[in-house]
Amino acid sequence: MGLKLTQEEKEMLDGKQGRATRKAMEIITTLGEIYGAQRLIPVSSVQIAGVSYHNLGEAGLEYLAEMAEDGRARVLTTLNPAGMDLSEWKKHGISEDFAINQQRVVDAFEKMGVITTCTCTPYLIGNLPHFGEHIAWAESSAVCFSNSVIGALTNREGGPSALASALTGRTAEYGLHLQENRIAEVKYEIKTELSETDDFGLLGQVIGERTGKTIPYITGIKHATTEELKSFSASVATYGGVAIFHMEGITPNRTTIPEKTEIVTREDLNKARDALDDEDAEIDFISVGCPHASIKEIAAVAELLDGKKVTDGKTVWITTAKPTKDLAIKMGFYDKIEKAGAFLVADACCAVAPLEGRFTGLMTDSAKACFYARGKNKFKTEIRTVDDCIKEAVS
Amino acid sequence: MQGRKIFKGKVLGEALVTGEDISFYGGCDPETGEIVEKGHHLEGKSVAGKILVFPTGKGSTVGSYVLYALKKAERAPLAIINRTTDPVVAVGCIISEIPAVDQIEIDKIKTGQKVEVDADNGVVSIIEQ
Repeated sequence: MGLKLTQEEKEMLDGKQGRATRKAMEIITTLGEIYGAQRLIPVSSVQIAGVSYHNLGEAGLEYLAEMAEDGRARVLTTLNPAGMDLSEWKKHGISEDFAINQQRVVDAFEKMGVITTCTCTPYLIGNLPHFGEHIAWAESSAVCFSNSVIGALTNREGGPSALASALTGRTAEYGLHLQENRIAEVKYEIKTELSETDDFGLLGQVIGERTGKTIPYITGIKHATTEELKSFSASVATYGGVAIFHMEGITPNRTTIPEKTEIVTREDLNKARDALDDEDAEIDFISVGCPHASIKEIAAVAELLDGKKVTDGKTVWITTAKPTKDLAIKMGFYDKIEKAGAFLVADACCAVAPLEGRFTGLMTDSAKACFYARGKNKFKTEIRTVDDCIKEAVS
Repeated sequence: MQGRKIFKGKVLGEALVTGEDISFYGGCDPETGEIVEKGHHLEGKSVAGKILVFPTGKGSTVGSYVLYALKKAERAPLAIINRTTDPVVAVGCIISEIPAVDQIEIDKIKTGQKVEVDADNGVVSIIEQ
């Protein structure tokens, strides 16, 4: 076995630092051995997925409770979205039973010293690593954003392996922790002007489906906002297995430029849009905030909804992180949104909440949300700009 | 056959073999251990108490928790043998304490054979044809 451990790491593996730490170290060293790592490295930040009780189930919860007996997070650790807004779940139509179980999951994490704000955009609310920092993140969209846009280094962790890194402060050095595995492999020339989050989501879908896990180098994007890059990251990770991309003039990682070139045209984006637009969709659910909305996006939605009324029979969820919701309350955005009959939902999102059977057609600006709405919840979908989504809500 | 330890343990049991990859999340019922993926070679068969032999895992990382659920429901495989163990199955075996070995030529094992898995030493032996 090529994996060398320090004295402290050996102690963790031998159980001298408790049962949960030992189990966590078993996970990390086994993954290290499978992938041929030479050593473990410290991580400064962790993001854990597998928080919604809807996905986790009773067994997942049992595992977390077991780990929480003596496991404690050693580094800054935040959580992915839960299946509900932890404070206002009742008015969003979540059942009492689900709420109790969801709270048990969050309590187990809290006992381990995890920061229990539940969001897929930890980088917007204080879990923000810097360029070159080694981290262990789950949540495919945040992994893609942190590797690519921030330039931190992480593999695409699963729920238990991210938790293992939280409890040990370590990860095995393999994959995207090594510079040689972060080099672009295919160039994508974008021959059309992109605007808004839905366009960037569609671009992610086109590139994701073509590239799979091959690392893309993207040219021809003149300008992209943080919100557009988070939409792209989510989509390219959902439709491909992309954990890192390079975007010329926008992302900070160094890479050689690949010779192999693919062209993306407006026609390709239109085809992607057609694929997500079900002709017979009857829209009764509108959701913005996949990945979680930034305060800028919430401000824009509040403006669009100000003085309007959501049409009877339609439900609107604007999903975000709790600290962002608190800020939206302070700024009066929350009142504008809720007075119009829409909901500003913290901690949860339309992909992980227990929504199957409640709606038939989703309109959203997010290509990732369409994927999960179709696959998991059996909703029909339409993808539009945020403006058009809100227009649909009040029409 | 000499392979590599994924998770420790030594067991003797009956092999259930497939040449198709398995996704535990969505592909295996966490309460019964039955393979439920439509069109899968093992569809309708239960992994419970078997030495489960398959090439590698696929699908969502939530699959690790499905193995844990199977263990709690006493419907888990007795051991797992892979050609290459993927992280989802590896983590699932560790958290559920299911003996597992990979880097094994799985084509040499047939369903119904009695197989010994000595995961501590990474050794798989066919005891009875």
